[in-house]
Amino acid sequence: MGGNMRLTDHEDAILAGAFGEPRRRALQQQMMVGRFFDAGDFVEISQVHLMADTESLGEAGVAWLEELAAFPEEERRVRVPTVTDPRGIDFDAYKRLNQLESWAALEQRAIDAFVAMGLLMTDTCINYQTIFPPAFGEHIAFGDTGSTIYANSVLGARSNFEGGPAALAAALTGRTPRYGCHLDSGRRGTHRFAVKDRPRTLSDWGALGGVVGRAAGSYWTVPVLEGIEGSPTSDELKHFGAALASYGSVPLFHMIGVTPEAHALGDVFDGRMPDPVTVTRADMDAFYEGFGLHEDGVDVVVFAAPQQSLVEMQQIARLLQGRTVASRTTLIAATSPEVKSACDRMGITATIEAAGGIVLKGVCFYQMYARETGEANGWKRLLTNSAKLVNIIAGYGYEPVLAPMERCIEAACAGRMSK
Amino acid sequence: MSDRVIRGHVGVGSAVTGIALVARDDFSARYDLDRVAGVFSRPAHKLCGESYVGRILVLNTAKGGVATAWMLYEMKSRGMAPAALLLNAANPIMAQGAALAELAFMDRFETDVTSAIRTGDEVAVDPAAGTVTVRG
Repeated sequence: MGGNMRLTDHEDAILAGAFGEPRRRALQQQMMVGRFFDAGDFVEISQVHLMADTESLGEAGVAWLEELAAFPEEERRVRVPTVTDPRGIDFDAYKRLNQLESWAALEQRAIDAFVAMGLLMTDTCINYQTIFPPAFGEHIAFGDTGSTIYANSVLGARSNFEGGPAALAAALTGRTPRYGCHLDSGRRGTHRFAVKDRPRTLSDWGALGGVVGRAAGSYWTVPVLEGIEGSPTSDELKHFGAALASYGSVPLFHMIGVTPEAHALGDVFDGRMPDPVTVTRADMDAFYEGFGLHEDGVDVVVFAAPQQSLVEMQQIARLLQGRTVASRTTLIAATSPEVKSACDRMGITATIEAAGGIVLKGVCFYQMYARETGEANGWKRLLTNSAKLVNIIAGYGYEPVLAPMERCIEAACAGRMSK
Repeated sequence: MSDRVIRGHVGVGSAVTGIALVARDDFSARYDLDRVAGVFSRPAHKLCGESYVGRILVLNTAKGGVATAWMLYEMKSRGMAPAALLLNAANPIMAQGAALAELAFMDRFETDVTSAIRTGDEVAVDPAAGTVTVRG
């Protein structure tokens, strides 16, 4: 019955409807994907991270979720711990951002459906830093590209990019087709990069990810970096991975002497290794220059994509301490509800807001109706330290520029960038 | 002139015929499209300004994030989706999205599909058979 996929007795029973219609449908959809990628069988997974913002879902997607959520509880409830990626609306801030009531209403319908299915509404893409980091070798189904590449590469867990419908299917069946990053063969290096100059700032790490990502061919590329002496921090690897995944659609990298599967080049290459592509400071500088400057004015400065860690939030607050964001400019920092709560408790939120900044929780800039929100607020010229965000946001009608956090804060207070 | 058959990996979705829209560029629904207007909107994309609705969209590889997995379904529900998507190399997100949307989708062709098909060609896509036929 499984086409080319070998099914266990339990999977045959799911497919026969013994565990309800939602699980039957989910497995059927997973088998289509499994056959597409020549998966031999399924692998059981231990946790799921679900990307399902309402802007992507639309009315049709939310209605699809509501139909699933209307099944009896024993049929609709997820089988493994399932956490959510950033949502489309921060209910405490959407009016201030001139966002529409209709978006909030659609958002509430999606949340109600997820809660009925037993999801944990964590609303974060930094779940690997803040919620339930996977362990080495753990098979999982992660939904955001940044969370997936971090879990695969830095933690040594095993996940493909599982888009919303696929992640939800994995949550319902407790398994996913075994291909790509779940296989040893899918984790071998394919491309080699010799990094000559260590990135200095978080945006440098993002720029490095962008440079390597642009050179990566496709999802099936596994870049191997050498020359990074001493471990980068969690935030540095977060920005590097998020940009690499964004520019290259790559789910996995190895960093020699840093990431757990790559103590030496021989660990990740079989036989003859490819010649390394050299990456220097000049490549990173050229990456920044590709986006230009906003010397005539900055409409919005954004710290997001990925959501900010508690450490980044503290850095932003320190840089803003005693200063004021220019009246022509909006400054936004987006983080998870858990980190926001910590920032509230520690006075970090108060410092940022006293300077005129806005702290958002449970959302990310590009997942919250970026086009319409930008139009409603007159935002076009965007400045950020996220290499991932500058890649995404041009398609939403923005003119993005990349700069380190310190320069972003300077520009936010001056209302424009200096040379 | 006679029909020309290009073989690829078995795909997902039902057989469909339409007019091709082709570029050597990559594809992400979130990064590249104005999904409301049904046109490519990313300034750097070769197809910027072009309508993809109802076309056999032929591009190089899947790029970008995971949102496309939902977006294909949402686009199709409004009748604003391509008729089919052909890529040299898929990623899981495109396959997952096409499976949900029941959109004809194929990849891994015997030749560079972005060179083998030209914009304006009439193309028949048969995902179950793993073939694409360019009408002569």
